[in-house]
Amino acid sequence: MTKPIDVDLLDETVEFSLDDLCRICGVREAVVVEIVEEGIVEPRSVGGGWLFTGIAVTRIQRVIRLQQEFEVNLPGAALALELLDEIERLKRRLR
Amino acid sequence: MKFKDYYEVMSVSRDASPEDIKRAYRRLARKYHPDVSKEKDAEERFKEVGEAYEVLRDPEKRAAYDQLGQRPSGEEFRPPPDWQFEFDDGTGAARPGASAHSDFFENLFGGLGGRAGRGGFRSRGIDTAAQVDVTLEEAFHGATRTLSLQRLERDKDGRVKPRTQQLQVKIPAGVADGQRIRVAAQGEPGAGGEPPGDLFLQLNVLPHRWFRLEGRDVWLDLPVTPWEAALGETVRVPTLAGRVDLRIPKGSQTDRQLRLKERGLPGRPPGDQFVVLKIVAPAADDAAREALYKQMAAAMAMNPREAMESER
Repeated sequence: MTKPIDVDLLDETVEFSLDDLCRICGVREAVVVEIVEEGIVEPRSVGGGWLFTGIAVTRIQRVIRLQQEFEVNLPGAALALELLDEIERLKRRLR
Repeated sequence: MKFKDYYEVMSVSRDASPEDIKRAYRRLARKYHPDVSKEKDAEERFKEVGEAYEVLRDPEKRAAYDQLGQRPSGEEFRPPPDWQFEFDDGTGAARPGASAHSDFFENLFGGLGGRAGRGGFRSRGIDTAAQVDVTLEEAFHGATRTLSLQRLERDKDGRVKPRTQQLQVKIPAGVADGQRIRVAAQGEPGAGGEPPGDLFLQLNVLPHRWFRLEGRDVWLDLPVTPWEAALGETVRVPTLAGRVDLRIPKGSQTDRQLRLKERGLPGRPPGDQFVVLKIVAPAADDAAREALYKQMAAAMAMNPREAMESER
C-alpha cells in the first residue's frame, strides 16, 4: 500500500480563495455571491478578494444541498441550516 | 449484480402516480437526508432513495425499468441482451453532494463515468461522503486510517462492477468532534476528461471513559477527598498528553472548575482542559469512622441548606 494521503482540514484554520471554493463546492461565483449576501458565510476581505474558511465550505455545500433537494429558496435553506446547527450544538452538549 | 426493487425502496406501489412518488420522496428525503437525518445509516439510505427516485420520477426510465418485471430485491440479475436505454442527459450533471449510483443503476441507465464521453457528455465526478469514528486519543495525537471505499468500475465487456478500494488517509492531530476533512480527488471519477470529485469525511469522536469534549476543550470530573479540597493538595491528573500535577486550592468545594491552559485538543488556538472537582466522602462504615463524623458534626456544625430554608 502506498503512503497515507494528506487531507484538508475543513475548520477555521484553513482558508480558500473564491476560485478554490467554487471548485470544491462545484458552484459558480454568482451562487457564492448570493450566499454571502444572504449572510450565510462571512468571508474575510483581503486585497479586493475574499477568503473563506473550511467552515464556510461545509456551510455552502450544505445550504446548496438543502436548497436543491428540498426545493426551497436560499433564505429558507439558510434558516434550515441554522436550525440544524442549533440542534447539532444542543445534541453535543447532551452527550 | 443484485436486482433493486425501486418501488420497495420508496415504499410505493407499482401503480403509484407521479404525485405519490414525489410525496414519498419528499418524506424519505426529510427522514434520510444526511444533513437533516438522525438515522445511523442515513447516507446509505438517502443514496438508495435518490437513485430510486431518479428512475421512478422519469417516465422513460420508469417504463424501461417496469419492463424488467417484478423480481425480489437482491436477486442475481443481468440486463436483457437487447437492453438499450438512450440516456438523455438534460439534468444528470453532477450536483454537489449528489449520491453516486449502484452498479445496478449504472448498468441500466449509466452515464456517469462509464459510457462516458458519449454525445460529448462531460462532468466533474460526484463528491462522496463517509463517517469515520476516532477515539479521543486519536483525535488528539492524529491517526492513520484505512478506509474501504466501494467504487464502480467498467470491465472490458462494458459491464459495471463494484470494487472495494483501500485508501489510507492521515487524520491530523487536533480534530474536533463533527470535524469535516476533504480528501481531494477521491470521490467518484469524472466523465469526459473532467476531474474526479472529492471525498468528504466527517469525524465522529467516540465517547471517552473520563474525558468529555466541548469543541477543543476537554472536561474532566476529578474525584477528591474532603480534606484535599479543604486543606489544598497537589494531585496527579490525567490529560490527553499524560499526567500532570494540579494544585487544588485550599478551601475548594465540589464543582469548582480549574483550568489547565492549552491542555485540550491542539489547534489555533488550542483547547484547554477543565477539571471539575467532585468531593467524595468516605463511608462511615465502622465505629471509629462514625465517631469521627460525629466529632465533625459537633465541632464544625453547618447548614448547607440555609439559603433554601430561609426562602419561602
